[in-house]
Formats: sequence, structure tokens, C-alpha cells
Amino acid sequence: MGRYTFAILVHNRFGVLNRVTSMFRRRRFNIASLTVSETETAAYSRITAVFDGDDAAKEQLMRQLYKLPDVVMVRELDGDASVTSELLLIKLANQERDKRNDILDAATAFEAKIMEYSRDDIILQLVGDTALIDNFIDLMRDYEILESCRTGVISLSRGVSTMRDDITA
Amino acid sequence: MLLKGSNIVVRTLVEQGVDLVFGFPGATVIDIYDSLLDHQAELRHVLVAHEQGAAHAADGYARATGKVGVCLATSGPGSTNLVTGIAASYMDSTPLVVITGNVATSQIGTDSFQEIDITGVTLPITKHNYFVEDVNELADVMRDAFRLAVSGRPGPVLVDIPKDVQQAMGTFEPAGRIVASEPRLVDVEQIEAAAACINACHRPLVYFGGGILAARAEHEILDLAARIDAPLACSLMGISAIPTDHPRFLGMEGMHGRYAATMAMKNADCIVALGCRFNDRSTGDRERFGAAVHIVHIDVDGSEINKTTSDDFGIVGDVRLAIQRLMPLLEQADHRGWHELLHKMRADEASQVDARLGMTPFNVLKVVDSHRERDAAVVTDVGQHQMWAAQHLTFDRPRSFVTNGGLGAMGFGLPASIGVALATRRRTLLVVGDGGLGMSVQELATAVSERVPLTILLMNNGVLGMVRQWQRLFYDHRYVGTTLLDHRHTDYVAVARAFGAKGMHATSIDDLRQALDEASACEGPYLIDCVIDKDELVLPMLAPAGGLDDIIVEVRA
Repeated sequence: MGRYTFAILVHNRFGVLNRVTSMFRRRRFNIASLTVSETETAAYSRITAVFDGDDAAKEQLMRQLYKLPDVVMVRELDGDASVTSELLLIKLANQERDKRNDILDAATAFEAKIMEYSRDDIILQLVGDTALIDNFIDLMRDYEILESCRTGVISLSRGVSTMRDDITA
Repeated sequence: MLLKGSNIVVRTLVEQGVDLVFGFPGATVIDIYDSLLDHQAELRHVLVAHEQGAAHAADGYARATGKVGVCLATSGPGSTNLVTGIAASYMDSTPLVVITGNVATSQIGTDSFQEIDITGVTLPITKHNYFVEDVNELADVMRDAFRLAVSGRPGPVLVDIPKDVQQAMGTFEPAGRIVASEPRLVDVEQIEAAAACINACHRPLVYFGGGILAARAEHEILDLAARIDAPLACSLMGISAIPTDHPRFLGMEGMHGRYAATMAMKNADCIVALGCRFNDRSTGDRERFGAAVHIVHIDVDGSEINKTTSDDFGIVGDVRLAIQRLMPLLEQADHRGWHELLHKMRADEASQVDARLGMTPFNVLKVVDSHRERDAAVVTDVGQHQMWAAQHLTFDRPRSFVTNGGLGAMGFGLPASIGVALATRRRTLLVVGDGGLGMSVQELATAVSERVPLTILLMNNGVLGMVRQWQRLFYDHRYVGTTLLDHRHTDYVAVARAFGAKGMHATSIDDLRQALDEASACEGPYLIDCVIDKDELVLPMLAPAGGLDDIIVEVRA
């Protein structure tokens, strides 16, 4: 078993995300994280999917993706050769005065940004890779987490080449 | 030029060479029907009794000809009724363009009358589908649908068109027939290694499925087998690709395959698998399949490589081109010992042939086989009769055996045979069970109204035989829900007559011969009700979840 990150360039059309996720669901691919956004060109959207499975399942996933007419390109993003990031928003209870400094110290150590600070709650924003965010959430369990959400992974390969170049190539 | 959307639909169908469309009208396709009236000379509409029949008939048309089958239905129930037919086509990779109407775009998403999200419903059972919002895109969407349906691995494509889009005026520029996208280039990197593996083996088997028919590689596969001196076996979908009596052909393998074919699968040291997908009905228990064998898997759909088996060599590309690339690398082989072993198995199996007299499935099908027109197609429904037909009928022309393998949809047979008969204009033979005929018997109305030249061989055993066979062998004779003859009193000959078709009961082989003669002389549909004993079994059989060596060849009463 391994964890793989894929960037999937798709036509920017209504319902494409549904086509991709429907395939993941019906073929029982284990997706740990999924994000979708517009890209530098209006023609394409970019889906970043983090997938847990073995090598054979990974191959199968790529081949099944290419069968969808709206999928333009699939690229596996290697950890070392790409920049990967996600964003966390976490809301903590802030009523206990003696804990406030501890929270702020942790935020400083992780370079998390304070998005809200009130008598009752504090909302922190943290950008980083998955491990960093997991680590931070774990640390915050010492306090009272009211709510949290994270975007899921986005990733770009390092260097000047782009997925768009590969389409025209 | 500017045309009404519904006219664009019909004009593109005519432009793409469609001569038959199977459908059933409704509120959201009245405009398309209206436009059909203006093109009756080029495009004939066949009214079915139920939309599922339209999809199966279009599928039958596609299976018999390799051309795109087209069906048409209204929104809501019209479109949901198509679903089983679309799924049958999807599972067996047949080219289909399905056109559905939908409510006007302003009504979409409001649960209006007969509104169904059919693109959502059919997402997992189509190659692709379209919801057309702009009438100016309609012609290109229709052409894309045809291109996708026939390119690479064929499959069904659905085009959903809201009523206001059918009524709007949009641009239409006449175009030619689309051509399938270029066949996929063969993946060359694996070819040399695969050839070396084949050259080094001692017990090769060429195993093929329906992909051989789709790729029109019937000749190439025989050349390949001759070069590497291999026997051939096929899956259910491969039947009719090569002549049944070809000396190298062992027949269908798998759950109800011929003994020698299944044993060849089990004992080969190299399987060259072409245009097939190693379905569970073919491999038996996958944990025990293929461990000691090298598999060279060639398919146009890359996702089939390593999907269910561990393929040593995967070659993605058009099967015909792949064989052509492979051939110069293959040495002429001689595997006499291997053939002798298989020949002995075949002789053993032949010596154990069912020698009983009377209306046994074997005797019925042998009589039918000798009576039928050799170049006309046989269509089956799903169940015991399907397996008997696959085992005992003989074929010598590609696409002359039409059956629903992957989905296994009972009710497929009658409407599909209508599509086959209308496409080929030959008297077609439908082999069907009483359970499956009951699921789509209303299509007798279509067969009568279209004067379809169709001989319906009803193998009537009064039970849902395949399920009953499992109940007998694996559920301790606990027959639940499968014994029709206790409660139903359907007289299918009377049913056929009520629809305006002809028919007769056959309780003996002599009756059957007479009925077949009458059917041949008849213009339209003719039903022969053959009484078969309820306890007849399909053998051989692989035990469920068993391996290829768990083959049951004999069952004591």
C-alpha cells in the first residue's frame, strides 16, 4: 500500500467532477483527498486527488481516468519533484485565559495566521503539507477544538514544464 | 443553414447513415417524431412496445452489423426504461447512440412532470453522455456521440435533449459520415518480450473474446494460432468469430465451457488473450487462476490489462494491428504433444455425449442447427438455454451469434432478435427460455407489426432453470421462486396467436421438425413451444467460487 498524488486536467465543463468521482466510487478507489479548481486557462479545471492503494490499483486508476472523455491528462506528482500544500482553518475555544498564550505560542511555532481572536474563540489558518497540518491538529487537541476544516491537497510539479505543454506535445 | 433542433437531430442521423431507429414517443420527443415524418424515405422508425425493447433492439442491430444502433425515448419513464438495455450494451461493448428528450431547460431541476436526470442515472453505464443546452451545439454533439460509440472500445453514448432545444432554431452545416478515431497505436515496448515468452512456451493457448469481432481480427487470430501451433478457446462473447468446426477450436471455456477448452485454460503455460476481459465466469476463482501461466494480454482498452489477472505482458492497442506487429517476431512452432493431450480430452468428452432420445436440450438444438439457414444469426436470451445454445450450435460467420454476456439481462432476447432480423433482413432464430420470454413478450407486437422474419424457439421447461440448477446443486434442492409450472399456466402459442403471430407446440422431435419447416415458410414471427424437462442441467459447470479444476461434468439424479 502506498499514497499517491495525482493531478488530473479535465475539460472545464458542467458535471465533470461528478464524472470523475462517480468512477472513483463505482470502482472502489480509496481517495484520501480531492480538490478541484479552475486553472490558468478557462478551458481546463484541475483535480488533485490523493489515493491510497497498491501499484496495480494505481495503474488501474490512471487507465480508468483516461477512459473518461473529459479527462485531458493525468500526472502522478512525485513528492520530491513537486510542491504540495493544503490549507487548514481551525476554530478553538478561547474562554480559558490561562490557555491563550499556549495556543498563541503553538501558532507562532507553526507560523499559523490568526484570522479571528475574540473573548470566546480563536480561528487559526495554517498552510503546509499534510503531515504538518496533521501534526498541528493533533497538538490542538490539548485545547477545545470547536470546528475545523481543510482544503485537501493541491500540488504542482517543480520546474518549467506544465501539464498543458504535454497536451500540445 | 438554420434548422429546428429536432430537425438537426434527424438530419444528423440520416447523415450518419442510420436507416433504422427504434423508439417510443412521449411528450418531450414529439418534435423529433415530427421531424422523422419528413425523412421517412431514408430513416425508418420502428415502434416498440416498451422502451427497454428499443434499447435491446438497437443493441441487436449493432451486434449483428457492427454499425451504430440508435434508439429514441421520451423523458422520465421513457428514459429510465432504457436503462437495462443501455447497461447490456455497455457490458458487452456495443456501439449505441441513445437519444432521450427531456423537459424544457427552464423546468430542469424542478422535479417537473416526467423529468429525470438521465445523464446522472446513466453515468456508470455509458461511455459518455451529453446534456445539450445550446441548439447550436446539437449537430456536433450528435456527431461526437457517433464517433465515441465506435472508436476504440465501442460502447453506448446517450444524448439528452431538452424540449426547448429541440424547438429552437440552430445552425446546421451538412457534414460527412464520421470515421472512428484512428485505432490505438500498439504499445511496442512489450511486444518483443511478449513474443519471446510465446516462442519459449510449450503449451500455448490463444484465448479470445468479443474484442476480436469489434476489431475484425477473425483471420489474424487464426494466423496467429497456426504460427504458434496453439489451440483456440473463447469466452461467451467470442463465439462465432471463428468457425465452430475449425480444427484448432476447442470452444467456449469457463463456467459452462467445453471441458477441453477449460482444461486448456487450466494447463496452458502461456495464454495469449485477445480482446477479452477475464470475467469471473471465465477464470473461476481468481486467486487460483493464472499462477503458473504466463499471460500475454492484448486489448484496445488499457484498463483491461491487469484488471482481474496478473498479466505478464500487457499490449494496449487495436487487436488486429497488434497481431500484425507480433507475427514477424513469432517462430513457427510445433506443440504436437499438447494437441494430443487436448485431443484426448475432446474425444473423452465426445464419447460422453448425451445419448438420450427425445426432447433433450442437446437433441432439440442439434435438430434446430441442422435446419437453420447457415448465414442467418442466432440470438439468445439469458439462462440455461443460452448456455446450451453456446455449447451445441455451430457457427461459420462472424456476428452470427448474438447474446448478452456481461449484464446477463433476461428479456434481452426477443427485442434484440427483432433488431438483428431487421438489420440483416434474414430469418433470425431466437432461442429463449420461458422465464426470459415472459420478461419482454410484449415485443411480439413489434415483431408482428414489422413482419419480422423470426423463428422463436422457446425452450419451455416451466422453471427458472439456471437458478433452479444452483438450488439443486448448491442449495440442497431447496426450490424457491423458480418453479413456474406449479402456478403459471401460460400458453405461449396462444400468446403468440393473440399478438397476431403464428406458432405451434412441439412435444416431440418430429413435431419440432415440422414446426421448423412451417416457420421457414412463414413471413413473420413464428413461435415454437418446445417442452423441455424441468430437471435438465447445463454441464459442464464450474462450482461457484471454485477454480478451473473444480469442474462438474456429471450429476447423479
